[in-house]
Amino acid sequence: MTNHWIDIKNSDCILIMGSNAAENHPISFKFVTEAQGRGTKLISVDPRFTRTSSKADIYAPIRSGTDIAFLGGMIKYILDNNLYHKEYVQYYTNAPFLVSNSFKFKDGLFSGYDEKTRQYDKSQWAFQMDAKGVPEMDRSLKNSRCVFQLLKKHYARYTPQKVSEITGTPQKELLEIYKTYTATGKPGTAGTIMYAMGWTQHTTGVQNIRAMAMIQLLLGNMGVAGGGVNALRGESNVQGSTDHCLLWHIWPGYLQIPRASDDSLAAYNERCTPKSNDPLSANWWQNYPKYSVSMLKSFFGDNANADNGFGYDWLPRVDNGKDYSWLSLFDEMYKGTFKGFFAWGQNPACSGANAGKNRQAFAKLDWMVNVNIFDNETGSFWKGPGVNPASVKTEVFFLPAAVSVEKEGSITNSGRWSQWRYQGPKPMGNSWPDGQIIMELGNRIKAEYAKGGTFPEPIVNLKWDYLTKGEYDPHKVAKEINGYFVKDVTIKDKTYKKGTLVPSFAFLQADGSTSSGNWLYCNSYTEKGNMAARRSTKDAPNRIGLYPEFAWCWPVNRRIIYNRASVDLKGKPWDLKDWVIKFDGDAKDGKYVSSRWQGDVPDGGWYPMQNPDGSMRDDSRYAFIMRKHGHGQIFGPGRADGPFPEHYEPLECPIEKNPMNAQRINPTAPIYETGADEWASCDPRYPYVATTYRVVEHWQTGVMTRWQPWLLEMQPQVFVEMSEQLAQLKGIKNGERVKVSSPRGALECTAVVTKRLQPFKIAGSDVHQVGIPWHFGWVKPVNGREESANLLTPAAGDPNTRIPETKAFMVNVAKI
Amino acid sequence: MSKSFLVDTTLCTACRGCQVACKQWHDLPAEETTNRGTYQNPADLSFDTYKLVRMTEGVVDDRLRWLFFPDQCRHCLEPPCQDTAGEPSAIFTNASTGAVIYTANTRGLNAGEIRQSCPYDIPRQAKDGTLAKCDMCSDRVENGLEPACVKVCPTGAMNFGEREDILKLAQKHLAAAQQKFPKATLLDPDDVRVVFLVGFDPGLYHEYAVASATEYGISRHAALRKMLRPFAGMVSHLG
Repeated sequence: MTNHWIDIKNSDCILIMGSNAAENHPISFKFVTEAQGRGTKLISVDPRFTRTSSKADIYAPIRSGTDIAFLGGMIKYILDNNLYHKEYVQYYTNAPFLVSNSFKFKDGLFSGYDEKTRQYDKSQWAFQMDAKGVPEMDRSLKNSRCVFQLLKKHYARYTPQKVSEITGTPQKELLEIYKTYTATGKPGTAGTIMYAMGWTQHTTGVQNIRAMAMIQLLLGNMGVAGGGVNALRGESNVQGSTDHCLLWHIWPGYLQIPRASDDSLAAYNERCTPKSNDPLSANWWQNYPKYSVSMLKSFFGDNANADNGFGYDWLPRVDNGKDYSWLSLFDEMYKGTFKGFFAWGQNPACSGANAGKNRQAFAKLDWMVNVNIFDNETGSFWKGPGVNPASVKTEVFFLPAAVSVEKEGSITNSGRWSQWRYQGPKPMGNSWPDGQIIMELGNRIKAEYAKGGTFPEPIVNLKWDYLTKGEYDPHKVAKEINGYFVKDVTIKDKTYKKGTLVPSFAFLQADGSTSSGNWLYCNSYTEKGNMAARRSTKDAPNRIGLYPEFAWCWPVNRRIIYNRASVDLKGKPWDLKDWVIKFDGDAKDGKYVSSRWQGDVPDGGWYPMQNPDGSMRDDSRYAFIMRKHGHGQIFGPGRADGPFPEHYEPLECPIEKNPMNAQRINPTAPIYETGADEWASCDPRYPYVATTYRVVEHWQTGVMTRWQPWLLEMQPQVFVEMSEQLAQLKGIKNGERVKVSSPRGALECTAVVTKRLQPFKIAGSDVHQVGIPWHFGWVKPVNGREESANLLTPAAGDPNTRIPETKAFMVNVAKI
Repeated sequence: MSKSFLVDTTLCTACRGCQVACKQWHDLPAEETTNRGTYQNPADLSFDTYKLVRMTEGVVDDRLRWLFFPDQCRHCLEPPCQDTAGEPSAIFTNASTGAVIYTANTRGLNAGEIRQSCPYDIPRQAKDGTLAKCDMCSDRVENGLEPACVKVCPTGAMNFGEREDILKLAQKHLAAAQQKFPKATLLDPDDVRVVFLVGFDPGLYHEYAVASATEYGISRHAALRKMLRPFAGMVSHLG
């Protein structure tokens, strides 16, 4: 979330699309309800009428996988009706930037496409630069090559008729939603989006979010209270795990993973550090080497020094152009490329797309370690349905883990708040906290490598001192993440002694004098104490629910990021009532003479762009400080599949032809091609659109909740929801068991026949959609008949992230 | 001093936190259930289920609605069940909270008669004939805590407090709800301690949502019971 949970209450219009917050983020409805109580409109867009829809002022159905068409139509509506926030778009976004003449869009392809590699040459989408290397801009937005004009041209095709033909959303609802949401383009009003896996899990996942981010920029909704782009994370600490680099492509704090060609720390830093020649661009990532070196110091301690590149060569690099994401890992496991696998707090036998392929892949391993709180379908795959244990060579070890409430530490919520938790009961039986398991594992591996081995340096040099009296110490780890001065350092006349906790990332150094496990969390555990453990319920002076001394939030406790865009060029809030920050410096003779901001921690304490007399200042910085050129990106030239989102059909879709352009599917989407990766589009054997989702009663694959009788009582069985029309067509009665199948697998479900799903009219034809929750698996309930919906889903992914397309695929439904 | 609930169904998202919290606090076992083609589960209240979110879907005034009704005992001001039982060691009203309490001695009562006397069809019996239902979390309330179902509610649908305050709150919620739902109404607010606020015709939510849906209202219901069983009524009052 750019904003945070409580801030939802400040919104004037809430769009819930690509998520089902009432069911999957039930507590968020505390704030949604509060907003509705003072007149905020709630819009729910979903293929099926959900518990969220039941509370909405406006509900509209949408066929799964067509969100870009829906949102593209909204962009057109904003532009056609001049509903954008003009000053914001002119000065805070890259709408005025001129794009190179080589950028073109034709027949569903942007310029630079290579059919063989299915990739783009993104250099063709570059900005035009002046002699100083600063992007050419036309703040009047009139130049035919400026982003604003290109945007108009691109979305001119997204007419309500065309959008409705693709999405199945009736035009009346479409226009009502466009009108209601885009009213937040008026300065001083804010609209927010609450989205989740309904947007991300598509072959166009990243561009779904991009489309909404562009809408938020056009409407001036970024950085303001009640606005933002808000990802509702799927687990309570998924934000924290991402911040600390759970994913393969990053280091902690969203630093980039080194590539094979980055053959030295200098080369790596050179590639990763963006350069701007615009003196008004803060280009915050110019500090990159300070963060990467401080991280290496944290990994290797005294063993890291300038002479050995701070241990850079001891860390693995990825092959250039090669992908190591979830889908690719399981693809390689299936092919037998590697031998061992830690399934730690996860259940890929049920959670992964094309779960049947994953289950087969496990049998190719020599060993698997399953770390979990309950037995699950992953650890017990060798005795699963259709598997002969005698034929499985994989040796499986089960390590029982402690439950979250049995251990102390922090969790970071969707709103980026790191909140400290204390231990409740002691871990049961022989179960250990994850930290203890990792520490013990590290110590054993270090002991082995101390005896020798291939390339022992990364292991023997690893700083590994987070035990206190033999027990994992979360405070030591939290301090390590924040970071220390590793020698006496003088900064701006103040000397920080060796061992002092670094006050914030502005103090980190690239010379090895500071250590920080994650620069983004530098400021979370300082000499003032453990910031995440704070519990003050005093609000900030703007009284918008920031509660700045309750827990801690990255970066530097800034509760609403991009907040410099919440004020006009003179530093005055667009919204005088629910303001986030405001400039409070002194002015003399029409000029500001001192810099002071009130409210939230500002995105940099620079002066506003303009003096009270309207003259521009040269010591200010553009609002979007994390962007190289300082502007919010309506044009996004860094994405794999194009700088503007374009509608493509899902990999498996019900129509032969994309009504929007000549490409049916995302031309850059990765496709996997083992024998287990069959897929079928417009195939009469699989005529119905399907999606997967969650219900409030269960959690993820149900590993925790299926063992909980009170929850199983409420949702005992996997079900498939379908319209009354489809049920009638197939002779299916409400409550009876049916078989749902895709080219990859099949499972038995209970039919829930409901008015809450309705057939769509797509490009003139009737299209039926069904939906299945993915919380089940054969281990529990013990009858083994409640299986995972992911047996059906395809292992196809987004070209930027390789998140799988589990939210739009094709199935058949039949009576048993 | 007596307590009351306000259950504002217009704010209920059917997260069913209340249903689970009730089971957890009372340590009630889960029932063996199947999916019957609806989310509502268990199918009905039972000896082991005191709180049940009833779910109904249908088109109302040309618009699809999914209506949620977190059903429970209304803790009537003049409980017909108590009058019918006429046995204070089995059914009595807690003087400090107003909670209508069933004890193990309900085993000796005519369970069918008790259930029939309830305008909201709440009490349920075990195999041995013992009756059970919501007890207002009396043990929590007497120790200064909210009932479990109220504590866990994220949206403000479940509210609890002094009766006077709750009745004021109910009027406030009603006024707010009527902005969106012109037919919004409070169900039997003068007769019960658990006041439901609904946005539509109460009959759409549940057959027994309201006693006063017909002319045969709760007061009249209670009065009738008293007339039918004058003796029982007297004993009850003496108790």
